[in-house]
Amino acid sequence: MTDSTAGPQPGDNEPNGDLTSGLSAHAAAVGDEEPEQPRHRVIGTPPPAEARTLLKTPPPGAPGGPPVPRQRELPADPDDLVSAKRAERVVVACFLIATLAGLGFIASYLIFQVHSVTNVLHSNLALGSTMGLAFLALAVGAVIWVRRLMPWVERTEARKLLRSSPEDRAAFAETFEEGAEASQFTKRPMVRRTLIAATVPVALAPIVLLRDLGPLPGTSLDHTVWRKGMRLLNYGANTPIRPADFASPGGMVTVVPDGFQDDFNALAKAAVIIIKFPPNIIQFSAKPQPGRVVQNWTVDNIVAYSKICTHVGCPAALYEQTTHHILCPCHQSTFDAARGAQVIFGPATRALPQLPMTVDAQGFLIARHDFIEPVGPSFWERGPS
Amino acid sequence: MLAGLSYAAVTDGSASAAAHSVTGQAQISEGRAIFLQECSSCHGLFAQGTPGVAPGLIGVGAAAVDFQVSTGRMPAKEPVAEQPRKPVSLTPQQIHSLAAYISSLGGGPAIPTSADISQAGANPGLGQQLFVADCAQCHNFVGAGGALTFGKYAPPLTKSTPRQIFEAMLTGPEAMPVFNNTTITPQQKRDIIAYVTQTRAEPNPGGFSLGRVGPVSEGLVAFIGLLLFMVLAALWITAKHGKAHD
Repeated sequence: MTDSTAGPQPGDNEPNGDLTSGLSAHAAAVGDEEPEQPRHRVIGTPPPAEARTLLKTPPPGAPGGPPVPRQRELPADPDDLVSAKRAERVVVACFLIATLAGLGFIASYLIFQVHSVTNVLHSNLALGSTMGLAFLALAVGAVIWVRRLMPWVERTEARKLLRSSPEDRAAFAETFEEGAEASQFTKRPMVRRTLIAATVPVALAPIVLLRDLGPLPGTSLDHTVWRKGMRLLNYGANTPIRPADFASPGGMVTVVPDGFQDDFNALAKAAVIIIKFPPNIIQFSAKPQPGRVVQNWTVDNIVAYSKICTHVGCPAALYEQTTHHILCPCHQSTFDAARGAQVIFGPATRALPQLPMTVDAQGFLIARHDFIEPVGPSFWERGPS
Repeated sequence: MLAGLSYAAVTDGSASAAAHSVTGQAQISEGRAIFLQECSSCHGLFAQGTPGVAPGLIGVGAAAVDFQVSTGRMPAKEPVAEQPRKPVSLTPQQIHSLAAYISSLGGGPAIPTSADISQAGANPGLGQQLFVADCAQCHNFVGAGGALTFGKYAPPLTKSTPRQIFEAMLTGPEAMPVFNNTTITPQQKRDIIAYVTQTRAEPNPGGFSLGRVGPVSEGLVAFIGLLLFMVLAALWITAKHGKAHD
């Protein structure tokens, strides 16, 4: 009825905006003819819309002249016929490709027999590529057709009021009340209440099942399996380490707690890297302090840090012996190993926790005790910082 | 690799080291001449190093010299964050003399012998465990390399010879940590080398290998790539014609 792009339409006499007046412009034009409209039409003469215009404003050139071309709602041809011809060729090519690919799919099904793993792979490749090509060519052809050949015209079709008529609404209310009464739902409250009671547990059940998401971690995130006297094992070889063996400055190795080398759940928190520094590089402190290494917790310039990044828990172990940086590969958090593994770049907000170390009677590196703070990323119960 | 193998015979074992001592002084002199010509502009006339430009080489040992020069990293063209592997500019004989000279300045690990890097009886399974624990974080699970900070990177291990891998672990070139023979034993180093070299022989279906870490990365790249393509296609399909609104 309204067409913002194609200009005013000759037969469009319906009042715009009256949503209740008709289903569509077309229906209105056909069913609501005006009195002066000629009743008799011969095939080939202009349609009613054209005719009305003719009667109101006769074109220059007189009655009996050549018929004025019908005003179309949609253009018959694209603006640029040369470009359209090119587009047509592309569309046809796409559809031919789709045809051939579709035939190729059938041929592949017949040709490639599947009696071994390799044959299945070949068959899948042939079937998948031909079918994919067929669909792709079909889709590309259709899209180019729509975009290059079909007209681009915005049309608006008014809808009728969604609300039912007052009579229908009254009738429905009546039927509903009758039904409610006849079903005894309103008259027998015990039936109604027990029905409601019966639905409540069914509705609650899924909520109760959410309990399976637990149990809550409790304090398990606050500590790792490291304990006093537990040896540090060179991970992979799983051998204990003497400081004298780990004596080359610039050395770094991943270590795990003795007894937990195959316990991946434990290692997810307890993995540690130890780093050997040259003398006079580490910034020591007597007590835990940001940007410092606790001197008592080191052995011969060997420092142990949690391998679990404090950002989101990736293994941060890209150690650069020249810069003393520990880089986490996931989000580029960078820690300064010589200065208490404090964050110098990236999204992590806390230093890597230092594992307290000493040596046992046989001279092997052991843990003094567990980390004094939770390792790894933040969690709700950990609190700020 | 051929170069590495050819002079490996020269340096093989302690017996030949003793033999070298006869001609050792001449070799050291030749090495010093090469050093003055090729290296001293950065590392200093006495290999003492230049702060901020090049490290001192006293005590780095023959293995470090052999690694750096046999991979073409040294002599360097220019000071950059990470020296790239490039064609070797010295002959194996010259590298050996240079290594002898640096070694004569004191200390440092020797060039590993053929026995040190023999792959006979190596256990690539244990090598993989060690590689995953201590190497893969930088060099990738299959030795494809990866990025570090400030332009540095861990190079791919696809071209490294067994001797070069051994030397790299022993000496910790550039930013790489040191894995000395008492932390990662020579046998464990051979296991790691076996893993690295055997991984290279795994069949590669071709195309972009994407780190060769398996179908997950390939699937992810394909998924993201196709998603981007479909978004762009949807934008194009629904985009308005320029001239149709005239």
